[in-house]
Amino acid sequence: MMKHVRYLVHFGILLVLLYFLRAGLSLNPKEVPSPLIGKPAPAFSLPRLDQPEQRVSLDDLRGQVWMLNVWASWCVACRQEHPLLVQYAKQAKVPIYGLNYKDERAAGMKWLADFGNPYTASIADRDGRVGIDFGVYGVPETFVIDREGVIRYKQIGPLTPEVLRDTIEPMLKQLNS
Amino acid sequence: MRTAVSRIVISLAWALACVGVLAAEALPASNDPILEARVMKISNELRCLVCQNETIAASHADLAVDLRRQVREMLQSGQNEQQVIDYMTARYGDFVLYRPPFKALTALLWIGPGAMVILGLGTLFVVLRRRSRLGDAAFEPDDKDAPQDPHLS
Repeated sequence: MMKHVRYLVHFGILLVLLYFLRAGLSLNPKEVPSPLIGKPAPAFSLPRLDQPEQRVSLDDLRGQVWMLNVWASWCVACRQEHPLLVQYAKQAKVPIYGLNYKDERAAGMKWLADFGNPYTASIADRDGRVGIDFGVYGVPETFVIDREGVIRYKQIGPLTPEVLRDTIEPMLKQLNS
Repeated sequence: MRTAVSRIVISLAWALACVGVLAAEALPASNDPILEARVMKISNELRCLVCQNETIAASHADLAVDLRRQVREMLQSGQNEQQVIDYMTARYGDFVLYRPPFKALTALLWIGPGAMVILGLGTLFVVLRRRSRLGDAAFEPDDKDAPQDPHLS
C-alpha cells in the first residue's frame, strides 16, 4: 500500500515536470514581452518616406486609433508578411502607418512600388533612434496605439491571419467603440 | 505545414541578422579611452535582443551597434550609468539586463537553481542514511528461492 502511494507521488512529480517542459517548449524566447504595453507611445517627429520635406509626429496622430508597422526593405520576414498587410489594409478600419526602419530611401520606395503600399504613410527612421524608443529589436513589428496615444499591443515578428482576426480586430473594435 | 516553413524562414532570418553583419566595419568609437571603457562596462551588462546570448558589447548585430552608440551619447551628455540602465529597461524590459533585479517575477530564476541543489543533496542524504541503517543482508544478491516482490515482476 505504501509503495503504491510512493509510485503515485513520483508519477505526480513527473507530470508536473512534464507540464513545465511543455509550457517552456511552447514559448518563443524571441518574443520578449514589451514593457511599453499600456504606456504612452514615445514622441517622434520623422520625415515621410515619399515626401521627406513633410514630417509626421506623434501629436499629428492623436485622437484616432492607429497601427504602426515597422518594416525595412532588407528585412526578410517583412516580405513574408507584406501580402497579408496589403490585403488587410484594403478593409482596415484604422490607418496603418509604416516605420521604415534603418533603410535607404530609394530601396524603401522601390520595395513599396514592387510589393504594394498598405500604408497611410511611411515615415523614415534612417538611424533607428525612434525604433529604439519603441523597443524595436526584430523587424517586422506591429503596434496598436489608441486615441490617447497609449500603446495597447505589440506583435513581434510577422503578422498572421490568426493574430489579425483573433487579437487585433477585436482590440480595434473595442478601442474604436 | 505552412507555419512550419514560415518558422524556419524566420529562424533563418534571425540567424542571418546575427551573422550577416560580422563583416561590418569597426564601431565608430570616440577617441576618449575613459569614455569607451565606461561604454563597454555598461554594454557588458546589457543583452542584445537580436542575439540573445550575447551582450551588446560582444554582439555585431546592427541593433547592438546602435545601442552602444546610444550608451555613448547618453554618457557624453553627462548621464550616469543608472540612467542608461533605466533607459534601456524602460524600452526593452528587465530581459535586457544580464543581472535581472530580484523581484516576485524573477524570484524563481534567482532561487530556483540553489533550491534544486539543496533538494538534491537533501534527498541524497536521506537515501544514504536509510541505506546505512540496513543490515548487511540487504546487500546480498537475491536468493533465487526468496519470494518475489510483486511490484518488480
